[in-house]
Amino acid sequence: MERIPVLRMGTLLLITIQVDMHDKLALQLQDDVTSRIAEWGSTGVLIDISSLEIVDSFIGRMLANIAAMSRVLGAETIVVGMQPAVAITLVELGMSLPGVRTALSVEAGMELLYGAGAGFRTGSEHERDEA
Amino acid sequence: MSDLADIISRNEQQIRSEWIGDLHQTVQRSDLMSKAEMEEQCSALLSAVTEAVRSSGSEDVMTAGWRQTREYLEEISASRARQGFTATEVATFVLSLKRPLFSAIRRDMGKTQDKMFDTIWTATELLDRLALLTTDAYLAAREELISRQQQELLELSTPVVKLWEGILALPIIGTLDSARTQVVMENLLQTVVATNSKYAIIDITGVPTVDTLVAQHLLKTITAARLMGAECIISGVRPQIAQTIVHLGINLEDVTTRARLSDAFALALQMSGRTVVRQNASAAGSKVVLAGPLAKQEG
Repeated sequence: MERIPVLRMGTLLLITIQVDMHDKLALQLQDDVTSRIAEWGSTGVLIDISSLEIVDSFIGRMLANIAAMSRVLGAETIVVGMQPAVAITLVELGMSLPGVRTALSVEAGMELLYGAGAGFRTGSEHERDEA
Repeated sequence: MSDLADIISRNEQQIRSEWIGDLHQTVQRSDLMSKAEMEEQCSALLSAVTEAVRSSGSEDVMTAGWRQTREYLEEISASRARQGFTATEVATFVLSLKRPLFSAIRRDMGKTQDKMFDTIWTATELLDRLALLTTDAYLAAREELISRQQQELLELSTPVVKLWEGILALPIIGTLDSARTQVVMENLLQTVVATNSKYAIIDITGVPTVDTLVAQHLLKTITAARLMGAECIISGVRPQIAQTIVHLGINLEDVTTRARLSDAFALALQMSGRTVVRQNASAAGSKVVLAGPLAKQEG
């Protein structure tokens, strides 16, 4: 059965959506993500949707759900690489995904997660200390 | 109507000179068109009408025989629309042909009242149709002009400029309606992706009024940018607009706003971990350089 891979990168989970999402796939992904977080004790989830070109309200809600579920399990979710057309569609659908954090690229998203202390589980807002 | 054709061709010379004389008195716009050009147009149109009436009659100006006349009239009207003539002046150009034409008919048919009346009626109908045709063509030319300008305005007024690595600015000039919001939003989001910019400053100094609808459009754009991982700062909020926003109860609490573009830019620099310092503090106002950690540190 078709399945979206969930990769483990240290304390993070990386999910790259490269196929058209359909509802069954989305539900399967929710199951996978939650069980992986519990299994590996992940503290951050990166969802890369830069290849996703079509969204509907279900997929939008799925993203919000995964973020909420991860938060309950103690992991921060960041959605990265959303296409302009997808963003406009979600806004027109009235889904602003208030609980979901976003970043422009996987790289930026990882910095955000590490900056947020995802590696140490401080749970605070991200604070950079470059010096 | 061969009677009409006869009369016109017999009196063509006189009708033309009377017509031109009338035009000089009524709608001559020497500021927009030279006398010679006007006379040339009159002659060309009159001979075209004569030709068409003779070959195809005057009942229907939409027939093939009138095609040349129609095209010539449309061309004249369109060029006048662009030159700045009013609709009245354009219609009067054709309608002023009535008096010379009627005088010619009276001279030729003054003795037979019924026939004269019929011919005058035919001529009136013909000229009215031609006048309507010119008005239509005039309006079409104006419509085209307006829609082209609208399009240009739409494209011109929404530039996205890069202020710094990772910082964009979007100065909005004019009222934000749905169509423009769409263009603005698409422009901004495309540029965010293309330049990988984390901060976008939307400057509304040029927006005359902010009502609930404009605010809603702004919030939509900001939300879409946020979904992509970019943060928006609104700048150029004038005191009156700040008051209006509060009075209308528009909720901008989740949005960072600043009064001036420079403040917003400073904030964006700060948020991206940059500081601006003067190189030599004693040489006041000499050089301003960017220092601090310049390595990429988006966050």
